Amino acid sequence: MSRRFAVLWAVLLVGLLAPMPATAQGDGARQDGATLRIGLQQQIDSLNPFLGYTVPSSDIFRSIYPTLTTYSPDDFSVMPELAESWEPSPDRLTWTFRIRPGVKWSDGQPVTAHDAAYTFKRMMTDPAASTANGNVVENFEAVTAPDDSTLVIRTKTPQATMLAIDAPIVPEHVWSKVADVATFANDQMPVVGSGPFTLTGYRAEQDVTLTANPEFWRGAPKVAGLRFIQFKNSDAAVQALRKGDVDVVQKLTPAQFDALAGQPGIQQVRGQGRRFFELSLNPGAANSENQPIGTGHPALKDVRVRQAIDQGIDRKVLVGRVLGGYGQEGGGYLPPIFSDYQWTPPQPRTFDPAAANRKLDEAGYARGADGIRRTPQGEPLNFNLVLHGSRSEDTQVGEFVKRWLADLGIGVELQPVSDNQLNDRTTSADYDMVISGWAANPDPDYVLRLQTCASRPGPNGGGNPDTFLCDQQYDDLYHRQLGEFDQAKRVDLVKQAQARFYDQAAGLILWYQNSLEAYRADRYSGFSLQPKTDGVIVAQQGYWGYYGAQPTDKALNGSGTDYTSVAWVLGGVVMLVGVVVALVVVRRRATADTRE
Amino acid sequence: MARYLGGKLGGGLVSLFMVAVLGFFLFRVMPGDPVRTMTHGAPVTAQQIAVLRERLGLDQPLWKQFLDFLGNLLRGDLGTSYTYSRPVGELILNRIGPTVLLVGTATAIAVLLGLWMGSRAAWRHGEAFDKTSTSIALTLWSVPTFWLGLIVLMAFGVGVGPIPGLFPVGGISSPDTPPELLPQVLDVAHHLVLPTLTMVAVIYAEYLMVMRSSLLEEMGEDYLTTARAKGLREDLVRRRHAVPNALLPTVTLIFLRLGLVVAGAITVETVFSWPGLGLLTYEALRVPDLPLLQGIFIVLAGSVVVMNVLADLVYRVLDPRVRES
Repeated sequence: MSRRFAVLWAVLLVGLLAPMPATAQGDGARQDGATLRIGLQQQIDSLNPFLGYTVPSSDIFRSIYPTLTTYSPDDFSVMPELAESWEPSPDRLTWTFRIRPGVKWSDGQPVTAHDAAYTFKRMMTDPAASTANGNVVENFEAVTAPDDSTLVIRTKTPQATMLAIDAPIVPEHVWSKVADVATFANDQMPVVGSGPFTLTGYRAEQDVTLTANPEFWRGAPKVAGLRFIQFKNSDAAVQALRKGDVDVVQKLTPAQFDALAGQPGIQQVRGQGRRFFELSLNPGAANSENQPIGTGHPALKDVRVRQAIDQGIDRKVLVGRVLGGYGQEGGGYLPPIFSDYQWTPPQPRTFDPAAANRKLDEAGYARGADGIRRTPQGEPLNFNLVLHGSRSEDTQVGEFVKRWLADLGIGVELQPVSDNQLNDRTTSADYDMVISGWAANPDPDYVLRLQTCASRPGPNGGGNPDTFLCDQQYDDLYHRQLGEFDQAKRVDLVKQAQARFYDQAAGLILWYQNSLEAYRADRYSGFSLQPKTDGVIVAQQGYWGYYGAQPTDKALNGSGTDYTSVAWVLGGVVMLVGVVVALVVVRRRATADTRE
Repeated sequence: MARYLGGKLGGGLVSLFMVAVLGFFLFRVMPGDPVRTMTHGAPVTAQQIAVLRERLGLDQPLWKQFLDFLGNLLRGDLGTSYTYSRPVGELILNRIGPTVLLVGTATAIAVLLGLWMGSRAAWRHGEAFDKTSTSIALTLWSVPTFWLGLIVLMAFGVGVGPIPGLFPVGGISSPDTPPELLPQVLDVAHHLVLPTLTMVAVIYAEYLMVMRSSLLEEMGEDYLTTARAKGLREDLVRRRHAVPNALLPTVTLIFLRLGLVVAGAITVETVFSWPGLGLLTYEALRVPDLPLLQGIFIVLAGSVVVMNVLADLVYRVLDPRVRES
């Protein structure tokens, strides 16, 4: 029975292995010199730049496709990329971009304004092509290319974010043959691009291989290529770094980051994060028709209650205890990594339970016999706090907040739910307090828009609300910054909008978490961090981190796996098993003989 | 025989249909708006959301979605994954190979090891071998797979102290392997060692315990005394008489496990970044990618049904008593 099973299995095994080499794309995978290997912990959803929207996918698109403009590695300021220069018309509705001459696609064809025009037009007319970056062209009215080096974009309304167009531009001569963008995988290697790297290999759920583009207009990268290696478990990624199987890892937990301190050959990178972590208080949610929705506690409509809660929270303790110190205390809406727009409250509501208690007393929320405060209508201040059950930092914050608010005479019931349930409950405003957070972009428009009245859901759902704040003053400031072309004035308006948001205390920004990375300093150096001070290597707005990487002698001369030794080890194991089996058989025969 | 076969197969088909119905509605009652989850944190316009909803068929009424689903299922079309924009069937097919390889190798080793140790333990019931082998097996069985996987990964993948790591820490193959067949096979085998080791360590206890207890039950039986009385050596009594009878419950277990075991591979695949069905499930659950989850559910549940029918049939072949009844 068992022997037959084994034979059957051996046959099956060989059958399964046979197609392996075919699925593994060998093309361009073998490279001489130094390939920078980056451990990824998030999935690559699509290689099609019109569809892929996860962070690693965008990271790859930035390395292989040209963009009109890019962001400086030093401070996120807008820099020319494919567009050398640009000029808005006096009415600020027409933008003329001058395309850099002499840039080539990896198949030798020139990159022209027609490619850019084709890309944007396709995004405007083909719904599938607007999946990933449709927001870029939302306000476009017409895009034309009068000649190879001129691109003209006309917008419906004046828009200050016109220089933040970093959507990947694709070659028209390749993509005009793609009938259905929604089902096009874009995995025919090598993929035609024109960035510092060319996409040459992809194995789903395993790795993506990019080869340096020697023709890149800024000059060839110093590494021979990049390889993004998928890890589904961050501990395994860290172990791979220690072993030297990857050169860069990201998204480390504070514990993992600390464990790498002082390891030979490993350098830690403590970068500023681009996310903010927020405690949203339901300010009396309504939909876009101003009909009240959800189950928010009426007391939270009172801005004094919201401000008192904010004053009862000790951000310093949260950053120290929950983040292990790897973060900054929250204040303004935008994280400090985008220093141009960042705003710090001049009079922050620092932790002061006594003041918070006084404020609640003055506002008429007196304590009942049980110590819980009551609204003037006699309703107890018992709030639910909805949090991501799968995230330990949410749970920890919940416990702290619960304890602090108890001191203010406010009861808190923690409700850990799944990510989906949380999304459902926030969209339908079915919460008193909820933990939220967003990643900000160098241009603040997108996250600022989340707090406008227009972001509230319609009567049939939809919308993309965050705190359900709907405040005329905030909305005015938001719209004025969007139409403001004087950078200094726009910055000022963005700061005013943040100040107004802070006053309303509907979204309490608790912290900005650091982005923790580590790399093999014995193999690579020279990564350009973005921003220059306290920046990160992976998932930049641009390709600077990988482009600047410089291999050391060790990386240049290092060799891959030695398959002779693998064969020896595996052969040895097989031999050992064989010997043991033989011994058992011999011994059994021997005892059988003596018994007979 | 034909009636028996027909009955079993018919029952299997009904179960498969129930699986399809359940698969559809189960994933529709799950909370959460997939479009919103997918786009959370990304800049999207209301129009983009509407387009996505339409493309995923979420704007249709439920009964229409169900009819579409059934029709497509009969044509072998499991739908299109939200996240990968690829046919679900294709995604599952691509991942099933690595999982079958991992789960199959691990199960084969665990079965052989478990049966061998279980029969030994029962035969020398109460002796030192019995006590140590059962307690080791039970300890490993109760250890969390994720934790054990990490320990194995650190000890044999990264290396401890001066001992270097012998095996890769993740993936199914290295991208820089020479394209010839032998290095490719060696490379996959090299990557296979640690996940298999982890999985065997966790699952072999089950086979050991079932084999042990079922052999213990057989041990007092008269036919064994008869066999001994015939003058057969002890070794042959065990191998020719006791073990074949004790194997019966184990066979059922093996088949049932084969159907379920893909799900059990989720943790091992996650620890070792093994690109199989388990990882696909894990990723699909995080989004959640409804068509993909539904497809995986149907494939997994379907395989349990098929394995059940197979177990019934094999049982009939192995045990004459079932044939007569």
